[in-house]
Amino acid sequence: MSLRSLVGGACAFAALAAVSSERVMGRALAAVFGAGALYPLASPAELLAQHLSLALGASLAAALLGFALGIIAAMAGREAKRLVMAAGALAQTVPPVAVLALAVPVLGFGSRPVFLALALYGILPVLHGTATGLASVPPAAVDAAVGMGMGRRRRFFQIELPLALPAIVAGLRSSVVINVGTAAIGAAMGAGGLGRPIMAGLVQFKTSYVAQGAVAAMVLALSLDWALTKLESVVTRG
Amino acid sequence: MEILRYEGAGKRYGAAWALRDFTLGIEEGTITALIGPSGSGKTTALRMANRMAEPDEGGLRYEGRELRSYRPEALRRRMGYVIQSVGLFPHWTVLQNVCAVPRLLGRRRREAEARADELLALVGLDPARYRGRRPSELSGGEAQRVGVARALAADPPLLLMDEPFGAVDPLQRAKLQASFLEIQKRLRKTVLLVTHDLDEAVRLADRVVLMRAGLVVQADTPARLLAEPAGEFARDFVGEERSLKRLARVAAASCARPPATVPLGADAPAADGSCDGPAVYWAVDGRGRPAGFVRPGARAKPGAEAPSVLPLGATLKEALALMLEDGPELVGLVDEEGVLRAELGLADIARASSQAVVTDGPR
Repeated sequence: MSLRSLVGGACAFAALAAVSSERVMGRALAAVFGAGALYPLASPAELLAQHLSLALGASLAAALLGFALGIIAAMAGREAKRLVMAAGALAQTVPPVAVLALAVPVLGFGSRPVFLALALYGILPVLHGTATGLASVPPAAVDAAVGMGMGRRRRFFQIELPLALPAIVAGLRSSVVINVGTAAIGAAMGAGGLGRPIMAGLVQFKTSYVAQGAVAAMVLALSLDWALTKLESVVTRG
Repeated sequence: MEILRYEGAGKRYGAAWALRDFTLGIEEGTITALIGPSGSGKTTALRMANRMAEPDEGGLRYEGRELRSYRPEALRRRMGYVIQSVGLFPHWTVLQNVCAVPRLLGRRRREAEARADELLALVGLDPARYRGRRPSELSGGEAQRVGVARALAADPPLLLMDEPFGAVDPLQRAKLQASFLEIQKRLRKTVLLVTHDLDEAVRLADRVVLMRAGLVVQADTPARLLAEPAGEFARDFVGEERSLKRLARVAAASCARPPATVPLGADAPAADGSCDGPAVYWAVDGRGRPAGFVRPGARAKPGAEAPSVLPLGATLKEALALMLEDGPELVGLVDEEGVLRAELGLADIARASSQAVVTDGPR
């Protein structure tokens, strides 16, 4: 591992530690906004953990679904591929707020409708990455693999998947980063997370609460983006 | 013995026949070239051999058995496969690429890698330098060589090659063809080769199958195809300069003469007035390597430019090309140590090409 990535990792870790520490956040916010600036109803660490588990959980579900659909799209005929891609695009064009509004009557308040909305929202990047990654595998390599006697499964796991992996991880990265940002609206449904201080701040005209949630969400998104970029470059070098 | 036999094989794509009633026997240890314009069915015929295309009519036999009775994967692991675009796996090193088929066959890594090193050396790539490289770090010619090494890795009796040297420049192609013939001399594989390059087919193959629109036009030795093309299409395909192409089949050594040499520092014999003596002598150094030319009666000293020489295995076509480029009166043939063994001039080539019978002699 290079010095640069060590430094980057240390920075990301330090930033995450800072935004989840009650003392650091309390002092920083107090310095800007005066006393009583920290959101009092939950600790910063708790909010961050809720946010992270919600966003990552939904991304994981989205990744699995998007990956599976992407493989189907890449293997199926052109019509089926178009259909799958259109379905993925549709899932992303429906605003998460609308999904929440539709899902709450069925699933109730809490994290479940939010999870659903985020998962749907995160499918497309992974689906797209998987399908384009598999489509971009050099046909000559596949032809050579068939011609030398590689079976279907071996060809997929040894040739096609490794060559598609960079595009798949890139899709995963967009999905996670989008979800970390979008998960903030989950607070409106009582799902907790960093949206809570933001919502509370907006309602109570407490800018410091909004800043607390926004800064923490930003740090989280940047750190995850950094980590997944690293993963991307590792699989690209292969 | 016939290793592979097509028995009236045909393939249809939609309503159009890509290949019709194709019958051909492939003798063990020979090189057969399928040649023709695009759409002639040559690649379809090739891909039938390893079941990448299944015949819609007729069938094939491999080592006497019905081809359909082999499992495609098992069959393909026993046939080397080389394609124009090479198709090296870009995420694998050269070594991993060459080891691919032995590993599929369940050979041990150690064993496969040792074999891969041998093959890299065989195709002219230093294993120590190349084994760890990625395909993206190879030139076109190097990649083609790795492709050939990969196809040979499991020591298959039959090699299928689809335009194997098509993606490189003419100079590289000539080099690849030469080293392929060298390898073939040692390994004596059965090779089925697809090409659209007549020169390549003439140079490499023992038998050329000229195809057009899914049908065989003529299947013959290269010399006979060039000398007696059957019908208008074959004549057009073989082209006007077919006598020139024929020269590629003839070893330069077969019509060369022993050289007239004079050691450096000595005087060449003076012309005796008759026209029998050589018009020019080779000045050779102490080990017999050519250093220049001397006129009769003159003192032998090194020339300003090195004389034009070719290796002993060169063809008449190469000799002629060298004469046209460098304009020497004589071309020398040298052995591996650079010692002058034979000489030939334009007149020798003219005599050889005017002889009606061109042999399919030694390459």
